[in-house]
Amino acid sequence: MGKIFETPLYPYERSPDQDAGVPVRHPVVVIGAGPIGLGAAIDLAQQDIPVVVLDDNDKVSFGSRAICFAKRPLEILDRLGCGQPMVDKGEVWNTGKVFFDERQVYAFDLLAEEGHKRPAFINLQQYYFEEYMIHRLRELQAQGKPVELRGGNKVSAIGQHDDHVTLEIDTPEGPYNIEADWLIACDGANSPTRKMLGLDFVGRVFEDNFLIADVIMEADFPTERWFWFDPPFNRGQSALLHKQPDNVWRIDFQIGWDIERDEELKPENIDKRLRAMLGEDIRYELEWSSIYTFQCRRMEEFRKGRVLFAGDAAHQVSPFGARGANSGLQDTDNLAWKLKLVIEGKAPEALLDTYSAERVYGADENILNSTRSTDFITPKSEISRIFRNAVLDLAEEYEFARPLVNSGRLSVPCIYDGSALNGPDAPDLPRRTRTGAPAVDAPLADGWLIDRLGDRFQLLAINCEAPDVVEEGGIAIETLHLSATPEIVERYLGDAESAVYLLRPDQHVAARWTAFDEGAIRAALKTATAQGDA
Amino acid sequence: MPGLNTAPNIANADDFYAALLALHEGHSKEESDAINARLILILANHIGDGEILKQALEAARKDMP
Repeated sequence: MGKIFETPLYPYERSPDQDAGVPVRHPVVVIGAGPIGLGAAIDLAQQDIPVVVLDDNDKVSFGSRAICFAKRPLEILDRLGCGQPMVDKGEVWNTGKVFFDERQVYAFDLLAEEGHKRPAFINLQQYYFEEYMIHRLRELQAQGKPVELRGGNKVSAIGQHDDHVTLEIDTPEGPYNIEADWLIACDGANSPTRKMLGLDFVGRVFEDNFLIADVIMEADFPTERWFWFDPPFNRGQSALLHKQPDNVWRIDFQIGWDIERDEELKPENIDKRLRAMLGEDIRYELEWSSIYTFQCRRMEEFRKGRVLFAGDAAHQVSPFGARGANSGLQDTDNLAWKLKLVIEGKAPEALLDTYSAERVYGADENILNSTRSTDFITPKSEISRIFRNAVLDLAEEYEFARPLVNSGRLSVPCIYDGSALNGPDAPDLPRRTRTGAPAVDAPLADGWLIDRLGDRFQLLAINCEAPDVVEEGGIAIETLHLSATPEIVERYLGDAESAVYLLRPDQHVAARWTAFDEGAIRAALKTATAQGDA
Repeated sequence: MPGLNTAPNIANADDFYAALLALHEGHSKEESDAINARLILILANHIGDGEILKQALEAARKDMP
């Protein structure tokens, strides 16, 4: 049996659309069956919005590629019904160690807090990630949900109109055309959709190359993230070691700008690097290798008329901090409910402009963090190297220098401070669950809070009365009464007597108060669906 | 609001200056650069206050762009 990434999981099949007299119109078409495109499709399909996914390939990701998945995306995957197999298969890790030259300079622990369903991070090869998403998509199909995945379908032309998009698609059996009310482009950093529409993708280029070697080996390194600055086996550069399931180890060498790509990728040259790092007598099998460079850049707007961009197609960051796939999943988490309300005529199209505004804000946060990490890891001037090394020199002995060490600021959920969709905040309530923040998980008597949230507007009522349902403009808000357990008090109530939270379908806080006020809730719902007076 | 103290504040200025030079004595330019960088980080942490650090960075810039 071959590797999962060598097996066609969605081979080309002829669609009735190819034999239709006139192009068939679909409510939503997604381009790209990577993690983000599949996330968008599952999210919409499980809420009964018909969606067609087009991909020019028919297999999951070749090689492990994205491997670190953070807590917030795992919660999103739980909402999509495919978080459990990822966590079951993934390697949970909490500890990171940083080495400088030959010494360990410090170690950090990511998760200090109890009372969350999901861990801070798991490592999982992207091919498994995509495989489990495809399983979920097949499961939805079996339940009769309206979702199609068309492999071997390459979009070759896109026409933009006021109220729809036309698509020309190449297949092994020739071209055909379809139409879409809405198009979601999840076709990666080199997005052909973006290029076909002639849209900008501006940012900073980093002149450096990194060599990834994913090796299968029996090794007794712990399940931790190890990062080296200027180690003896890769002088003047950095290196990373990270464990994945099935005894696959991610090893990442910084190799500089002036290199001969083909030479570096020769197995005998990779072998030299691995033996210098891990010892002459290691036994391993090379599963996948790749050389990458990176840029930190984004599109100016993630919406262009009827076309919405998500994931790397919309924004690109360096890999340090695992902010690529993790932020892409937060894109579609933000987009799906908005698109659903617009398609159902319950919210104006302006709601989709807030997708762009909120996720541009998220992308800027990721680009800022990722750029700073990159500047620390690969100093661009003599003086920046001097300061970088001074930080590392001091970190071993002095605690104060450790927060300055930047081997990647790991992905944390985006808080939409200042969003136009935000209603009132109650400053007396705990800051971590302020308006704009994603709900913070907590244990309940019969499970986890996070599992009770999402896919609809909800009211959390703590120590106060509230009707079971409030309806406004065809949108229902369901109430969830919470007991004031220690975690709920710590995360949602603080010193207040009572609290009421309005949550969006993506589990973010839309508004919050210290008492129930139906008029205020109705107004906040209008604001949260871009129907406010502003 | 207390700002960056630019009034004389070191009790024995000549002693401090001599100690600063002594710290660098016998070191190469490269080693001295590393010592200076460590010193800046140690002092900056001791100050801590972001507003004062900002004023210190501006004062160090003098009239350079």
